Amino acid sequence: MRPARWKDVAFEQLTRLFALLVLGILAAILVALVLESRPSLDKFGLAFLWHAEWDPVQERFGALVPIYGTLGTSLIAMLIGIPVSFGIALFLTELSPAWLKRPLGTAIELLAAIPSIIYGMWGLFVLAPLFQAHVQPALIESLGALPLAGALFQGPPLGIGMLTAGLILSIMVIPFIAAVMRDVFDLVPALLKESAYGLGATTWEVMWKVVLPYTKVGVIGGIMLGLGRALGETMAVTFVIGNAHQLSKSLMAPGNSIASALANEFTEAVGDVYFSALIELGLILFLLTTVVLALAKLLLLRLARREGARA
Amino acid sequence: MLRRLIGAASIAAGLIGAPALAADITGAGATFPYPIYAKWADAYKKSTGIGVNYQSIGSGGGIKQITAKTVDFGASDMPLKPDELDRSGMIQFPTVIGGDVPVVNLREIAPGQLRLSGPLLAEIYLGKIRKWNHPAIAALNPGVGLPATDINVVHRSDGSGTTFIWTNYLSKMSPEWKSAVGEGASVNWPAGVGGKGNEGVASYVQRIEGSIGYVEYAYVLQNKMTYARVKNREGSFVAPSAKAFQAAAAGADWKAAPGMYLILTDAPGKDAWPIAGATFILMHKTQEKPESARQVLKFFDWAFTQGDRLAQELDYVPMPDPVVRLIQTNWKSQLKDPSGNPVY
Amino acid sequence: MSAVVSPMTSAISPANPLYRSRKRVNVFMLGVSGLALVFGLCWLLWILGTLFYEGGHALARAALYFEMTPPPGADGGLANAIAGSAVLIAVATLLGTPVGILTGTYLAEFGKRGWIAPATRFINDVLLSAPSIVIGLFVYSVYVVRVKHFSGWAGALALALVVIPVVVRTSDDMLRLVPNSLREAAAALGCPAWKMILSVTYPAARTGIVTGVLLAVARISGETAPLLFTALNNQFWSLDLNQPTANLPTVIFQFAMSPYKDWHRLAWGGAALITLTVLALNILARSLFRRKD
Repeated sequence: MRPARWKDVAFEQLTRLFALLVLGILAAILVALVLESRPSLDKFGLAFLWHAEWDPVQERFGALVPIYGTLGTSLIAMLIGIPVSFGIALFLTELSPAWLKRPLGTAIELLAAIPSIIYGMWGLFVLAPLFQAHVQPALIESLGALPLAGALFQGPPLGIGMLTAGLILSIMVIPFIAAVMRDVFDLVPALLKESAYGLGATTWEVMWKVVLPYTKVGVIGGIMLGLGRALGETMAVTFVIGNAHQLSKSLMAPGNSIASALANEFTEAVGDVYFSALIELGLILFLLTTVVLALAKLLLLRLARREGARA
Repeated sequence: MLRRLIGAASIAAGLIGAPALAADITGAGATFPYPIYAKWADAYKKSTGIGVNYQSIGSGGGIKQITAKTVDFGASDMPLKPDELDRSGMIQFPTVIGGDVPVVNLREIAPGQLRLSGPLLAEIYLGKIRKWNHPAIAALNPGVGLPATDINVVHRSDGSGTTFIWTNYLSKMSPEWKSAVGEGASVNWPAGVGGKGNEGVASYVQRIEGSIGYVEYAYVLQNKMTYARVKNREGSFVAPSAKAFQAAAAGADWKAAPGMYLILTDAPGKDAWPIAGATFILMHKTQEKPESARQVLKFFDWAFTQGDRLAQELDYVPMPDPVVRLIQTNWKSQLKDPSGNPVY
Repeated sequence: MSAVVSPMTSAISPANPLYRSRKRVNVFMLGVSGLALVFGLCWLLWILGTLFYEGGHALARAALYFEMTPPPGADGGLANAIAGSAVLIAVATLLGTPVGILTGTYLAEFGKRGWIAPATRFINDVLLSAPSIVIGLFVYSVYVVRVKHFSGWAGALALALVVIPVVVRTSDDMLRLVPNSLREAAAALGCPAWKMILSVTYPAARTGIVTGVLLAVARISGETAPLLFTALNNQFWSLDLNQPTANLPTVIFQFAMSPYKDWHRLAWGGAALITLTVLALNILARSLFRRKD
């Protein structure tokens, strides 16, 4: 074997070793979680997933409310965060004058630098009062009367709840999604874009029909980064979601999320069942992420197949 | 390059180092006494050079850590029941007293003007009394202009010793509360919104009109909140104060309480505040590291004898002297090193 | 779509209604993108404004950087927490970044066959959303409980576990976007794969990889949950990583939730400090790594 070839193999094996290490870490975390949540798994079984009751005194637990809250707030965050991030990345790569690109890009990334407890405190002490006094009454007034969707916007304006939590989450995920989008957009070969411009495409058409399809995988990666943050975010949500174990249709009502239930009750949980029920919540978050990810991958596959058919 | 590597290695070696020689001790647990333990530790380090590092990770965390022996002492706002203490081979002793105070946000009502009772608080927190001008509230407050507005109940969202004391009190006051909700660091609240920490509850109460919440005494003082007087066991309506807390502790019979398991809610005494509670320290009876245990005891000995003024500065109530003497006797008789000799 | 590729010259004449509507869509969408940027910047300014309004005063005092965390009612600073945080973050980044980049390299460069790459990619995305308190708990149960004391090492390890998935995800994505023509050119010149990756693909994806590392540092610099049960915290000065180690996020959390005004001021000061430091790191790293461009 020539020396260069030998080094190739060594390098590949080295990187493979680290890939396996990451696999191993997750496996270890999963095993630890399953072991720690055994009492709760044994006691409640699968019913844990759809029971809404959460009573630490009687030691009866169900995960429905936190699951609902986690998915709901992350969905709100993504609905706001993805379009805004795309707009920001578009502005930074195509519209911004060259000298403004870096300061603006850094400013957006700075949103990721603010500690999440600050998001929480700011949300509770600054944003929530404003929401309570101005935004929510207006929403209840205007949207609360709608058929069907109106149920989402009813109830007393408390300033906190799923909507507030979702909004703060969206601000937190924007830097993650926008930064990755900007970087992948920058990597599109100039030749590709110039060809489209040469055919008379507008800036928007180049972005939407050339750049975005080319960078699809990277963009989804950025969204996954953001979604990961939204699903698992703890402190910011904890301060503003209201932490009530109640199932409510209204986005204004207090709810709970898996991560914030963990953060709120973990340190004071006494008793095996209670403690392990909280750990099981953590385990469920892993499962939830797995399902969400699998769906996203499936979506990608179908996207790819449709494109194949069209071509 | 090589030089840089060596430099990095030596820094790393310095960081890894040998465990510090100074006999620093670590404790963890309850959030409520964190400020006063920090203050005592600061003064103690200045006078003795020994660092006592106490961190608030929650009472449940404190119990778990001392059980796992990752700390030299644990701290909890909820005393362990005597049988639990025996099972885990630990002793506990109280250090300072505090209490929960109901606070309200009602225009035109001054601090201390509103009078409440335990059964009434339970009805409010059960969501049964929903209006401020409800006859049951009006009956205790003749001449006070109560508005016809909704009562917005605020409780803690995180598990906490404050909630334990509050729900313990409500359970003693109302059989219905006891059977429907019960007592604990977190419970299944029948009504209201949750705020994170005392700060969160204080913020909601100050913002939402017509609300009622409960916070620790220090938060009432620091935030100048509108507190209510509460009817105690002897029937008098007391305002929260250091004296009222001490009265609750003084009336208690610590000697008769096995394992010093005593919750100071609904305590006897004309001036006693009814929603008081002590915070506790947990240690193993058999000390594998007697030197560390001795340091812990020396620290609390110092705190009991010289730390009262510091405690009062932060609105904590120190333990009465007879109780301190009882604690010291317990130390002597119950804490042993592995060969059976007393540690203290 | 067909309009875009239409060869007719009239397609881009201003008189063509289709062209005019495309123009309008373009202007509208670009306007919306500008608004999106303003939306993002507004929150930033608002939060930063709050941060510096509340914490600016503490930030301007030298005591913040040179004195230890005080008990309530006494004067002091955050020196021990600042130093502890710096060490924890540095160690965590040093541990996590190589693991992340090498894993990303495997996924992007060698992962075309076999099950390891897709499985790792998937699992890594799951790890990304692991609530940090779970990571902390994991390190607690496999390390802290074994050695029977809290330590800076445990904290750094927990933070490294937060760093890894972020770096894996970004370096994988960025390396995969490096055009294959670059790799082929290197291969055609007889360059072995390892050398091609080190001297062609890494430099091409440098900016993106650095972004990933910076995002990871930004994320761990404000994390409280993984440290609570690992590094714990320390009221006093200690850089011995075998001891409980002071750190800013835990101090901020404990001080912010206390009733005392002087502790509140320090908490805000600490928060402003974290934000400023991450900003400075961002600018520094970017100017270092963009020098050649």
